[in-house]
Amino acid sequence: MVGIVIVSHSPKIAEGIRDLALEMAQGYEGLYCAAGLEDGTIGTDAVRIMEAIQDADAGDGVVVLADLGSGIMSAEMAIDMLDGSVKVQIADAPIVEGAILAAVEASAGGTFEHVLEETEKTRGLSKL
Amino acid sequence: MSTKVYDCISRIGDTIEENKDFLTDLDREIGDADHGVNMARGFHAVVEKIPKDDGNIGAVLKKTGMTLLSTVGGASGPLYGTAYMEAGKVMAGKTEMTAEDFSAILKAAIAGIQKRGKAVRGEKTMLDALIPASEIFDEKIAGGSDIVTALNAACEEAEKGIEYTKTIRATKGRASYLGDRSIGHQDPGATSATLTLETIRDFLKEE
Ligand SMILES: Nc1ncnc2c1ncn2[C@@H]1O[C@H](COP(=O)(O)OP(=O)(O)O)[C@@H](O)[C@H]1O
Ligand SMILES: [Mg+2]
Repeated sequence: MVGIVIVSHSPKIAEGIRDLALEMAQGYEGLYCAAGLEDGTIGTDAVRIMEAIQDADAGDGVVVLADLGSGIMSAEMAIDMLDGSVKVQIADAPIVEGAILAAVEASAGGTFEHVLEETEKTRGLSKL
Repeated sequence: MSTKVYDCISRIGDTIEENKDFLTDLDREIGDADHGVNMARGFHAVVEKIPKDDGNIGAVLKKTGMTLLSTVGGASGPLYGTAYMEAGKVMAGKTEMTAEDFSAILKAAIAGIQKRGKAVRGEKTMLDALIPASEIFDEKIAGGSDIVTALNAACEEAEKGIEYTKTIRATKGRASYLGDRSIGHQDPGATSATLTLETIRDFLKEE
């Protein structure tokens, strides 16, 4: 099963997205959050992101969704530190829509490439 | 046992702490008012975690970088974290730092920051202080200056770099959301980078 990691500056944002996504993917256990610092302060922590990716990985790879600029930077740093030990990529997608799509596809047993591709389809979605 | 690296890094922490409100105020103008708070939180954790013994300078710098990565929180976390970790690679296994080492440290730190943040000079970031500082440092060392003289020149260039950031628009980081409204304000990261260089210079001068 492909894993998912939600990276946000805010733990509340990440947990909210997780709750929302799991409504569409009940029973899916591969979704992890890496948000805020250890003490709950707003921010991102590359080491926690790295650990979340390791936790989310069941051998089939991990798709990462991140919020703002430095969240992306910390996620990239985490991926560099993993040094190829996990198949992992940041999806170029909006974090809420992307997370829902990723959870649906991952829980349905999609491959890493498929989950990533479907997740990134949310990028150009028009809302109105 | 030599504790120079620990002492120097804790001095950097002191400088950051003394300038915490100043850096945060700069970030209030063009960001989210947390740069000083972020950096101070990071350096408090660093001073607690790094070993006092310089036995392996590379290892001390690496630990500094790793700690900044997970405690700073903002963009400056992965950026300074990478910079110190790259510096650690340059100093791996070494117990003394020469002027040539410091030149290599600056270049490696800049390359790391650029790899991480994908910025170049002129985008209103810490690089606008660090790149000119590194260039003049190398020039001075090549011309036979000692490390403190070269660092004096580097700090002057870094200060000019801060002034330069006032004249340009931010195109990287949070400040880029402000567009032209970022003009007229100095960059917080360029300021903390300059304070870091000045602290290292003052520390080495006293040695
Ligand atoms: N892509 C980047 N490359 C280099 N430096 C950057 C980049 N993005 C931001 N910075 C630096 O980081 C500083 C802001 O740090 P900080 O306030 O701690 O993080 P955040 O912007 O996430 O709140 C900026 O003043 C700038 O010097
Ligand atoms: Mg900030």
